Amino acid sequence: MIDPALLIASLMVASTPILLAAIGELVVERSGVLNLGVEGMMITGAICGIAAALWAETPWAGFLAAAVGGALLSLLFALLTQVLMSNQVATGLALTLFGLGLSALIGQSYSQIRAPSLQRIDLGALTDLPVVGRLLFGQDPMVYISLLIVAGTWAFLRFSRAGLILRAVGENHDAAHALGYNVRLVRTCAIAFGGACAGLGGAYLSLVRVPQWTDGMTAGAGWIALAIVVFASWRPWRLLLGAYLFGGVTVLQLNLQAGGFAIPVQYLSMSPYIVTILVLVVMNAGRAPGSLGRTFHASH
Amino acid sequence: MIALERRPQASTAWTWAAPLMAVVLTMIFGGLLFAALGKDPLVAIRTIFWDPLFGEFASFYRPQLLVKGAPLVLIAIGLSFGFRAGIWNIGAEGQYILGAICGAAVGLALYPSEARWLIFPLMIAGGALGGFLWAMIPGLLKVRFNANEILVSLMLVYVAEQLLAAMALGALKNPEGMGFPGSRNLAQWDSSVSWIDRSAGLHWGVLFALGAVVAAYALMARHVLGFQIRLTGQSPRAAAFAGVRPNRLILVCLGLAGALAGLAGMFEVTGPAGQITIDFNVGYGFTAIIVAFLGRLHPVGILLAGGIMALTYIGGEIAQNQLGTPAAAIQVFQGMLLFFLLAVDVLTHYRLRLGRKAPAPAPRPAPAPEAAE
Repeated sequence: MIDPALLIASLMVASTPILLAAIGELVVERSGVLNLGVEGMMITGAICGIAAALWAETPWAGFLAAAVGGALLSLLFALLTQVLMSNQVATGLALTLFGLGLSALIGQSYSQIRAPSLQRIDLGALTDLPVVGRLLFGQDPMVYISLLIVAGTWAFLRFSRAGLILRAVGENHDAAHALGYNVRLVRTCAIAFGGACAGLGGAYLSLVRVPQWTDGMTAGAGWIALAIVVFASWRPWRLLLGAYLFGGVTVLQLNLQAGGFAIPVQYLSMSPYIVTILVLVVMNAGRAPGSLGRTFHASH
Repeated sequence: MIALERRPQASTAWTWAAPLMAVVLTMIFGGLLFAALGKDPLVAIRTIFWDPLFGEFASFYRPQLLVKGAPLVLIAIGLSFGFRAGIWNIGAEGQYILGAICGAAVGLALYPSEARWLIFPLMIAGGALGGFLWAMIPGLLKVRFNANEILVSLMLVYVAEQLLAAMALGALKNPEGMGFPGSRNLAQWDSSVSWIDRSAGLHWGVLFALGAVVAAYALMARHVLGFQIRLTGQSPRAAAFAGVRPNRLILVCLGLAGALAGLAGMFEVTGPAGQITIDFNVGYGFTAIIVAFLGRLHPVGILLAGGIMALTYIGGEIAQNQLGTPAAAIQVFQGMLLFFLLAVDVLTHYRLRLGRKAPAPAPRPAPAPEAAE
């Protein structure tokens, strides 16, 4: 009844928005900043993405606009938390509330319009391979891009000097400051990267996954991305596992809904959120970056 | 060159001036937003902030202030305890929904009894208990498994929304509703109605909200629990040395917030909303977060902030009808308000210094700071 290869393929599509948002937030948190505004940046990305894609008639313009839109919104967060030293939790919430309102405002004229579609890649014989062909060689380009971003982030954090500085800032901002690193600049860059990734994730929802605009269409995906960062203990590859696990639950419950099981739809729709809670309960072995969520003020 | 210098103590003057300044800044930038939408900004601002209070039809709108303000104040008071202590319950929306479901379920189980003296208090208890238990989930998971209460409480909002839909279509559906989703109308049933004077906008939730303000004031100023909450917020380590048990405090703060949010939901479903429907919740639980911050987590401040926020709801609706502004504009407006508040708040804790590091005669934006509490 449920074809496993197709299930995994749709699992990857379902996980990609969360994966993109989560990898951005991972970098932000590794730099010692807790940005709870992922949901707001994602939905802003979703509307920017569909608006630009319709205007330029290509989904790529949409993804670009979404990344820019998400990054711009996140710079608002950076201004407040890094320059004006506001509370990060409250500012993140404000960003989410503001982003939800802003996207609804822009989105009025875009409801019920189908986005220009993103073609799945086709490598001929490779894509036609049984089972693995569709999985490995027949996804849309953004799935591969998201995997590249994960790999790139991993390599950046692990092997590059800039990654080391970013981690130092996140672990102990006072020490990093004493060593002469510009804590605010590093964090602002990380926040902007997080915003761009969240924007891309949102655009993937409105351009590929759904693909049209509806009010509040992220439906908590940004918050789930935050949970997955905790699940991953702030490590990129475990993030991938978490996102795909979560995508699996989503796709499975959608399949069960379509399969007409004797459970009311609402109880199935709850399951991704309940799984997220369970994940938060089971997985808290990881150690958060030392300066996470703390305000930095260079007094000397 | 402008530098920020940390104040030894938070400025009392700026503590109260910051929200006012945030409101003014929001009006200015909100006006620009309306101008960008092609509306006359002055007319829009007047429609939102002036007309509901003093306009031609103000007598019609003023009662609405109580209707919208009561749930906001009730929820925000509950949230303020936790926010002060650094416990972030942002799932009040879910606790509000559960309060409404449980309150309504208790009442509907006894339908059509006429014993209001029994049913209405039972429903109030049911609503408070529903919200309380829903808030205990993040509380216990935090205490027992150290699960992040921000994320758990928020996830439970989405679970609660699904549960609400399931209830409106299933267990609580009106058996005489000809198949339409939604429960019986509780505002039309004499045993459960929470209206006291409908034309004045007065219902039991308004009285509970005012009572909560007074009780919260007494608790924070006079009770040892209030002291513990404030101490934990300022210095968790000092609180631990003073014998505050952090786990107990987490459960108390979340429980209080949940119970108050549950009450708000219960009074809403038996009054202004009338029935359990799929779209029963309208985001009061999230707006209450803004109310709590705008009111400086202080009971009296929350009361005033709740009024302002209720005003934006009502004014937003009027602007929608008269000027054709989009409904979402008011949501942007509310988000902006919180942004400006957080931005201006820097002056509460820091002082601006112009020039170089030399302690030259610097402009002092506020009189000598005093102890805030």
